[in-house]
Amino acid sequence: MVFLGGQVLPGNVGRAILGPFADQRAVDALNHSLGVDRPLLVQYGSWIWNFLHGDMGTSYVFRAPVAPFVVDALGNSMKLALIAFVLVVPIGILGGVVAALNLNRPLDRIISLGGLSVTVLPEFVTGIILILIFGVWLRWLPIAAAWPKGAGFFTQIYYLILPSLPLFLVLFGYIARMARSGMIEALDSDYTRTAVLKGLPWRTVIWRHVLRNALLPTITVIATQTGYLIGGLVVIETLFRYQGIGSLIFTAARGKDFPMLEAGILTIGIVYAVATLVADFLYSVLNPRIRLGAEQ
Amino acid sequence: MSATDTPVGMPAPSAPDTAGRSPWGEVLHSLARSGTFLTGLFILLFWVVCALFGQHFVPYDPLASDIINALTPPAADHWFGTDQLGRDVFSRVIVGSRDILTVAPLATILATIAGTALGLVIGYFRGIVDDVISRVLEAFMAIPVVIIALLAIVALGTSKVTVIVVIGLSFAPIIARTVRSAVLAERELDYVAAAKLRHEGALHTMFVEILPNVIPPILVETTVRLGYAIFAVATLSFMGFGIQPPSPDWGLSISSNYGMIGGGFWWTVLFDALAIASLVIGVNLVADGVHGAFND
Repeated sequence: MVFLGGQVLPGNVGRAILGPFADQRAVDALNHSLGVDRPLLVQYGSWIWNFLHGDMGTSYVFRAPVAPFVVDALGNSMKLALIAFVLVVPIGILGGVVAALNLNRPLDRIISLGGLSVTVLPEFVTGIILILIFGVWLRWLPIAAAWPKGAGFFTQIYYLILPSLPLFLVLFGYIARMARSGMIEALDSDYTRTAVLKGLPWRTVIWRHVLRNALLPTITVIATQTGYLIGGLVVIETLFRYQGIGSLIFTAARGKDFPMLEAGILTIGIVYAVATLVADFLYSVLNPRIRLGAEQ
Repeated sequence: MSATDTPVGMPAPSAPDTAGRSPWGEVLHSLARSGTFLTGLFILLFWVVCALFGQHFVPYDPLASDIINALTPPAADHWFGTDQLGRDVFSRVIVGSRDILTVAPLATILATIAGTALGLVIGYFRGIVDDVISRVLEAFMAIPVVIIALLAIVALGTSKVTVIVVIGLSFAPIIARTVRSAVLAERELDYVAAAKLRHEGALHTMFVEILPNVIPPILVETTVRLGYAIFAVATLSFMGFGIQPPSPDWGLSISSNYGMIGGGFWWTVLFDALAIASLVIGVNLVADGVHGAFND
């Protein structure tokens, strides 16, 4: 059902964009040359048709095909998002697990309260504060994500650490909180008590019994954060002047470059649908109850 | 059949108004003893006072430029320094609370009214109405607010009203979902059956009978949403899609000054960032306190 929702989504967005804009363009000649004076449904149909064939249209601003811009931008955004994810998933889960194992002790308070505080702050606020600390005062990291041309893999990562940190901080709070409550629930359960009572070492209980059950909801949360992450990318890429899909949409929206805007949004919709699907898949791999239930 | 004319006397778990002051008194009592709530309230009230009266006690006119004294670092005569037009940053930060504290609460109120009405309708009628509207709401919730706002503002132009409507309507589905689940539980209770037996209309049953009993979850959700609304308003202003110049709004100030951050002019953005951070954290502490008070 989630997958279906994701599939319908880009269609809705596409229609939403096409609707108001087709009326708004007052210049008839331009409209005609761009083909936007055709009936909405025809436009929508041919747009989807072309998109599926790899033709995302022609940018109004650049007078060039949209596709290469979108592909480049998507690649850049994925790098950024990947670094944030690679950092936040293990650290966030570790934070939540450590907090749960130290329930109500100072360490738990620090992780929970700290996580909650950084999660609720807008990305550009944490971004600005991080830039000031690491970029301006300590001068450890570059303040813009524009690496020199032809930079190697590690140089690129070096430039992307600072931009990925605000995303990291927002996600950290969510993931740590979910991991923490999952852990608390699992630690409190009958099967954990049974495992302890039958004499298993504490380490084995945690690894084999508690963690496996505790982290299932966390995985769902991580997957649902993809949507958030995309919104966050728009802000972060603007702040750090990074040529990703977020700043592409932002620039296109400002310049009223509709083909670019539509292609960007539809791409995001597809990424979102794929991410949701992957999450569903992962969840069933990790949770035999769902997998076996489906087979029966 | 005595139940038909004494719906008021029916015991409901979440206390109708007529049950006297004690449930609400209890909530107020536990709020007054909650450190989280009081801290948050203090921060929030501080900024509300600044928004209402700040203009009368700040040392400089927040809009008056003084080019000769542009970009001076913090000192005795300009506590937080001056920005690139020589405007006093301290005065701007204090008065800058005004727009965000107008727009965000109005957006939250709109979201609450629309979300509550929608939630009551889909929770009360269930069936096909619920199925269809819930799917549409889910699709809506999957799109990041920033993206919705971007599209709406491109289509409608930038104004405070647009920002209020966009944020209000994108938060409404979330509130609707909360209200719906509360209504689903309430509609099975005897007092609703009693109202039906009295041949009360659907509207009367929804808004006069059920609504007072689902106020607690609505209140909790509203305070939580206010935090997110401030987050969203600040972000949109930073992106240039929200509050417009010459307002001394925080997000706007950051967006017009962060370009010079590499030059070491940290005071032009740091205090605005801290102001947003304190307000967002304050509102979230209040929300946390309210949540705790209703769920004890």
